Amino acid sequence: MLNLIIILVKIAVVISIALLHVAYASYFERKVIGHMQVRMGPMEVGWHGLLQPIADGIKLLFKEDIIPANADRHVFMIAPMICFFGAMSSIVVVPFFGSFKIGAYTVGGSLADLNIGLLFILAMSSLGAYGVILSGWASNSKYAFLGSLRSSAQVISYEVAMGLSLIGVIMLSGSLNLSDIVEAQASAWPLGWYAVPQFPGFAIFCIAALAETNRTPFDLPEAESELVAGYFAEYSGFRFALFFMAEYMGMFIMAAVAVACFLGGWNPVPGLGWIFPPGVWWFLVKVYVLFFIYFWVRSTLPRYRYDQLMALGWKFMIPISLANIILTGLWKVVF
Amino acid sequence: MPGSYIPTNYLPVLIIFIIASCFGLVMLTIGNFLRLRRPYPEKLSPYESGMPPVGEPRYRFDVKFYVIAMLFVVFDVETVFLYPWAVAYDKIGLFAIVEMFLFISVLLVGYAYAWKREAFNWE
Repeated sequence: MLNLIIILVKIAVVISIALLHVAYASYFERKVIGHMQVRMGPMEVGWHGLLQPIADGIKLLFKEDIIPANADRHVFMIAPMICFFGAMSSIVVVPFFGSFKIGAYTVGGSLADLNIGLLFILAMSSLGAYGVILSGWASNSKYAFLGSLRSSAQVISYEVAMGLSLIGVIMLSGSLNLSDIVEAQASAWPLGWYAVPQFPGFAIFCIAALAETNRTPFDLPEAESELVAGYFAEYSGFRFALFFMAEYMGMFIMAAVAVACFLGGWNPVPGLGWIFPPGVWWFLVKVYVLFFIYFWVRSTLPRYRYDQLMALGWKFMIPISLANIILTGLWKVVF
Repeated sequence: MPGSYIPTNYLPVLIIFIIASCFGLVMLTIGNFLRLRRPYPEKLSPYESGMPPVGEPRYRFDVKFYVIAMLFVVFDVETVFLYPWAVAYDKIGLFAIVEMFLFISVLLVGYAYAWKREAFNWE
């Protein structure tokens, strides 16, 4: 019973933080991009626009829920929920901090300490592709249809490279459990963090994460200058908000996996351990640095062309990640 | 006892599955009491940059998408096979790397064939 209560409290905390994070990640994005374009970003609602995300959420809740006349109603209604479900469920295995003991009870650093953590995240994040293709099909609109086709092709192409790029990490740590992977990186700098020995894997994971979450320079699915909004062109009100939340949640999951697998998770940055002991703050700082890079990339790079995108995924990233696996295997045999 | 095994590790997963699937539903239901609903034919027609929609929206699309989908199935299954191999790598030793060389080289034959047949080119 006590266990159940603790689980429920942890879930409530994590979900509320996740939702708050989604709201304020959008604020952070608008501020970063605004300042990079010599604008101020949101300034009107609250001090320096701090209440803007809340106002946006309330606005979306009050907006009319338009379902196009010839749309496949049930599929149209359920597609954003599938997207949200996939993004939200992945959060269950994200390791926020190392587990510690209070009396007889061990507080785990993640909601569920699964021994298949990494596989679970990959499975759940690919669930989002269903939501995308169903929404495009059900909308009965050309823009949405094209956007969803592009998006699903892109997501599945980069998913292969992403899955392959993580195998080197699994070989080094010998585990799929994200907490174990972080623990394995706690040892000495510079070979501790897997971003160093697994640099090709890290680079490929970062590029694939941008493509998986449909961020610039791989934002072809929603390419606002050619496809309006891609697969959610016909969505309005809170159904749009669900897609939006799924996207930001997906970005958070990808950043969290990158931090856990390559950047040492909740362990402090080497040399800075005297500021704070290892803990959730280090994890969040690293995640938000990655978020800043997401936005930085968005305001710097132009969009890829579709044939370039597919060629990059299939002809470049997959061979390199396969070579990375073979080299890692040889390295482990030699040393 | 194998028969009485309850995967308690997965209880939070179950709870979060329930919450994640209910969240959208609950918010949309709350929204139903708050929002206006004033549809008219123009509002309900699919968006086509302000023009009346032309032709069939679910038109025929490039067969390349099917090719990519098939390649994805092959490569993703391969990735899934590599995961347990990578976890157990330390325990299997030299045999593991030889085995994986064989596995990857069989796959590379198919990969080279797909490349040669220009499955990755979008012209």
